[in-house]
Amino acid sequence: MNIILSSISQGLLWSIMAIGVYLTFRILDVADLTTEGSFPLGAAICGSLLVNGISPWIATLLAFIGGAAAGLVSGYLHVKWRIPALLAGIITMTGLYSINLRIMGQANLYILGEGTLIQSVQDLGVSKTVAVLIVGTLAVTLVIGLLHLFFHTEIGLAIRSTGDNHAMSEANGIRTGSMKVIGYMLGNGLIALSGALLTQNNGFADISMGIGTIVIGLASIIIAEVFFHRLTLAKRLLTVVLGSIVYRLLLLLVLEMNVDPQDLKLFSAILLAIALGLPAIQSRLPKLTSTKTKGGSLS
Amino acid sequence: MNTALELTDIHKSFEVGTVNENHVLKGISLTIQKDDFITIIGGNGAGKSTFLNSIAGNFPIDKGYIAIDQVDITRTPAYERAKYISRVFQDAKMGTATRLTIEENLAVAWKRGKKRGFARGIKESQRKIFKEELTKLDLGLENRLKMEVGLLSGGQRQALTLLMATIVPPNLLLLDEHTAALDPKTSEMVMNLTDRIIKEKKLTALMITHNMEQAIQYGNRLIMMNNGQIVVDVSGAEKQQLTVPDLLNLFKKNSGQAVTEDALILG
Repeated sequence: MNIILSSISQGLLWSIMAIGVYLTFRILDVADLTTEGSFPLGAAICGSLLVNGISPWIATLLAFIGGAAAGLVSGYLHVKWRIPALLAGIITMTGLYSINLRIMGQANLYILGEGTLIQSVQDLGVSKTVAVLIVGTLAVTLVIGLLHLFFHTEIGLAIRSTGDNHAMSEANGIRTGSMKVIGYMLGNGLIALSGALLTQNNGFADISMGIGTIVIGLASIIIAEVFFHRLTLAKRLLTVVLGSIVYRLLLLLVLEMNVDPQDLKLFSAILLAIALGLPAIQSRLPKLTSTKTKGGSLS
Repeated sequence: MNTALELTDIHKSFEVGTVNENHVLKGISLTIQKDDFITIIGGNGAGKSTFLNSIAGNFPIDKGYIAIDQVDITRTPAYERAKYISRVFQDAKMGTATRLTIEENLAVAWKRGKKRGFARGIKESQRKIFKEELTKLDLGLENRLKMEVGLLSGGQRQALTLLMATIVPPNLLLLDEHTAALDPKTSEMVMNLTDRIIKEKKLTALMITHNMEQAIQYGNRLIMMNNGQIVVDVSGAEKQQLTVPDLLNLFKKNSGQAVTEDALILG
């Protein structure tokens, strides 16, 4: 039971990363690989600040800002230098590898014994798992609540419109380039925030902890979309959180089957490939899927 | 004083320096008065869409001068021209954001060319206006404010796009074959709506059409393009009495060639 609770609590922390991926992948409609660098960037910033005795609140906040800066770089490369989104992300991600090493000073950084956000909740007299659940729930609620408000402002609508229909947005006077950059910054800020929280949960930051994050994020999103269709933004983000938790539970299940942890990334990759390929596979089996009526008559 | 749009000697070429170099616009000059509703007709490759895109600012022009209400916009990017110009595209999918709701799309259009900040995207006062305006479309959309636009039919979306383009009256409305992709009945509905809105709001409009009947029936001035130039320009009483044979003769006289495209003649 405890191991399941632990997976759920970790799923909450990971879900903030998945929400960040959702912003670029679904709202902006770009595949942004900066994730793989901004996630460990958040961990590195938070970890090294904690080791130096900085308050975990400030360390976590600065991790978010660091991630947003990484998003700014990718967004700028993509929008202003017209580098394809995938390549812009790879460029930033590669550069961040060196930057993350510089920030940490070494390939991994242990923060055991430092005061973390989770530790400060534990100090109230609850177990680690409960503390992570509390921190995760609060963080997720705050993030989704703020995003819900933000994406219903004039600028928020403009960002969603830009990702949905570029030509229409420009015709309506939206500065599409700037809107994309804001989306990149928000998304990567959240991804770094997730990295910072997981570092505080795990007790260490590692230079290679970003590998595969984009796959985890996308898998969480796809799981959410397979089970729930046509939702408003806030509800969709909530289902992404559920997707992240389901994903953690799936990993747990696989580990319980005595699969070598080394093979987890392969499992994740296969899971995502199947989830992404599902629509195409379904369309080849027309008998098994309900026919959707398309078009319809006017008015 | 009453000039809405002034175009002077507009040139535009694509793929310059390659074997595919294509001189699409060859020195177009045109002065449009306020409240003019101009229909533009011409064969494939005549440069109609390039002409409209030049005005909207989708790409820089090679040579020439564009001014709207006496303001030089020749080098102004498209998103800034949106302050003056709104448009409806041929493809119904182009004019609306599918995953946004009807009211969210209208809210985006409401701020066309204005600064967007952190205020709420849709205020109650706006919602009331959206409802009233949607009611005028007579498609029942006023009860579906929170419906995703992707669920609407092509005709409904094109009517919504038209409302979005005009809910804040633009200095210039550009219509790029906006009924061409619809079935005849829907096309007529959208066209009647267009005519009504243009008259009610006293808009200045440019409408590309592939249909001679339509070009003659609507608007107060008709322009025919051929090979990147304006070859026919009729307005006022002359335009009112114009028939399809007249138009074919005018075209032949001015361009030195006959209209050969069936689509243009048959509509």
